[in-house]
Amino acid sequence: MINEEANTAVENKPETQEYFINMGPQHPSTHGVLRLMLTLDGEIIKKVEPHLGFIHRSIEKMCEKDSYQQIVHLTDRMDYLSCHMNNEAVCLCVEQGLQLEIPERVKVIRTIISELTRLSSHQLWWGVMGMDLGAITTFLYGFRDREMITDIFEETCGARLTMNYNVPGGLMFDIHPNFQKRTKDFITYFKKKLPEYDDLLSNNVIFTERTKGIGMLSKEDAISYGVTGPSGRASGFSCDVRKHFPYSAYDRVDFREIIYTEGDCYARYRARIDEMHESMKIIEQLIDNIPEGDYKAKTKAVIKLPEGEYYQRVETARGELGVYVVSDNKKSPYRLKFRSPGFSNLSALNIMAKGDKIADLVATMSTLDLVIPDIDR
Amino acid sequence: MNFNIYDFTGFVNSIKQWLNSVFPPAVADITGFVIIGICFLTFITLLGLSLVYIERKVCAFFQQRLGPMRVGFWGTAQTVADIIKLIFKEPLIAKGSDKFLFNLAAFIVIVAPFMAIAAVPFAKGLHVLDFDIGLFFITAVSSIGVTGILLAGWSSNNKYSLIGAMRSGAQIVSYELSVVLSLLTIIVLTGSLQLSAIIESQRDGWWIFKGNIPAIIAFFIFIIASTAESNRGPFDMAEAESELTAGFHTEYSGIKFAYFFLAEYINLFIIAAVGATVFFGGWMPLHIGNFEFFNKIMDFIPPIIWFFGKIAALIFLIMWFKWTFPRLRIDQLLTLEWKYLLPINLVNLLMMSVVALNGWHF
Repeated sequence: MINEEANTAVENKPETQEYFINMGPQHPSTHGVLRLMLTLDGEIIKKVEPHLGFIHRSIEKMCEKDSYQQIVHLTDRMDYLSCHMNNEAVCLCVEQGLQLEIPERVKVIRTIISELTRLSSHQLWWGVMGMDLGAITTFLYGFRDREMITDIFEETCGARLTMNYNVPGGLMFDIHPNFQKRTKDFITYFKKKLPEYDDLLSNNVIFTERTKGIGMLSKEDAISYGVTGPSGRASGFSCDVRKHFPYSAYDRVDFREIIYTEGDCYARYRARIDEMHESMKIIEQLIDNIPEGDYKAKTKAVIKLPEGEYYQRVETARGELGVYVVSDNKKSPYRLKFRSPGFSNLSALNIMAKGDKIADLVATMSTLDLVIPDIDR
Repeated sequence: MNFNIYDFTGFVNSIKQWLNSVFPPAVADITGFVIIGICFLTFITLLGLSLVYIERKVCAFFQQRLGPMRVGFWGTAQTVADIIKLIFKEPLIAKGSDKFLFNLAAFIVIVAPFMAIAAVPFAKGLHVLDFDIGLFFITAVSSIGVTGILLAGWSSNNKYSLIGAMRSGAQIVSYELSVVLSLLTIIVLTGSLQLSAIIESQRDGWWIFKGNIPAIIAFFIFIIASTAESNRGPFDMAEAESELTAGFHTEYSGIKFAYFFLAEYINLFIIAAVGATVFFGGWMPLHIGNFEFFNKIMDFIPPIIWFFGKIAALIFLIMWFKWTFPRLRIDQLLTLEWKYLLPINLVNLLMMSVVALNGWHF
């Protein structure tokens, strides 16, 4: 806790001392085992130094021993809130390497489930965001609505969080007969509930005071730090992979890329709320038009990618996830690298939080929507 | 024994006479003190337990869940079980902390509301301390608690605790001004700080209705400021579990933690009691001027039920804030007090004086 040697006097203010505080690894608002070393002057933050590695499981190294089918399972454990998108990234990369023709049905189902995952991730984020700012009730509201999505997932593939629904070449099973009906029910339900989120939190004067003009991130900084996803788009950085490099069924749906130019916590908040509306729009366009056909393309039992390098990116709920595979024509990759959105987003925390107060750091971190296993891998 | 639910004066006096008839005068007085002390201890314990339970249930219903349900009927024994757990827990003292101050802090925090509650008028005749500066005594004594919070933060040898304590020191000292000024606004009308006199002055209607617009403004300021003074959400900066883990009581465990916990709820009760007494006529039933028939019906409900009913309503209001609003930031909190509430309050006090001088109140 106390780092005696680090205490240094501020030159022009002889009465006060800068001091260090360890936020984490066990702390309620780091949402996991992230350790932040804060240099403080009173309540003003001078510097934020993230220390990583508390939940490092060397997933990239493990991938070098595993087959491509097994790698998919490891990716759930990175950003567990957008597990389906993580799975999809690896599968798309393998399919790209094999130059496999994927049935249309698979593409559409993957897109629907991706968007459902994004919705559930943003719902959880919304609840936690309120909780970080002291409004504990939002947490329960977020979870109430998220529960319906996890129920759909449970019925579809038997798992609620780490789903592993994707396999290279398609899906593990076909969708459940109830899937379409339940998804449509959920969309009608959530369309009514989403305005409630605005009533409870977005339009609250305390909330807007706490978030507007806090944790500023300029467009230039967002680009140079590689801040992607809703956090980057709230700074005006057009970085939606779904728009710029469409994959699966995103080329055939109509949706808006949410861009805000303010770059503060409130813009990041709005970006996510608006993304929920867009996700529902995407699902509505696809849910009635799931093409008939196979749920999986024929693949060999042992997948060997031809020698070469492959890169595939997808838009997860947190930003751009890149999968970079170097193959030497063996059953497991020579090297596999994940470009995880959380890691890059966290790197910008210092410039965002500098000069703000401790309470603002919590708000800033919350709007970055960090998932610690995604940062450490 | 002439027990009368509408007026406890006779009942209290008969106990006093009985004590005087059995014991010599000095012993009778001491026995009386002890009886009162035991009554208060029991009352405060029950109050703490039930308020914790109520808070859990209210919070649960706001959050679309059930709250404690397993221990006892509808989870009523849950808080009892929790207190038993806290009593048997090891009292840990952090390394490098100032042991004397660390222990003292918990006691100061719990002693302050114990003293304040003595001056609360529960019903007609059910009033332990009724002297001419009653309201002043409550506000003065209940603010001793901040010393405990500051000491707790200082002695814990924990930076989170220290930040929490400093925040809460700044907060409580600032908001005390608003609380006292908003109460003064009503004192302008009553002309007395004695709580029984304040209640008596509301015989033909409560001040919130009689006091014209300034009284309503004063009530709103009182509710905001006293919520802040008691460190409850949305002003729970001192705890701020998402920023400071648990603020000033981070290092406390076992029964000493329970003291902090209990003190918070007794303070909540005192706030509601003061609010009810000054603005809503304390135990005085709802009377409308000379409307005899209506007043008679209202008088049928015993004063003690009026008193606790008003308190329950105010406590529910304060809980409602806590479970709806996000937390303010410390600088916003101080801005709210010094730049908005205090000037409004001063102007309001002036307005009330004008109203009182011209007799524009009802």
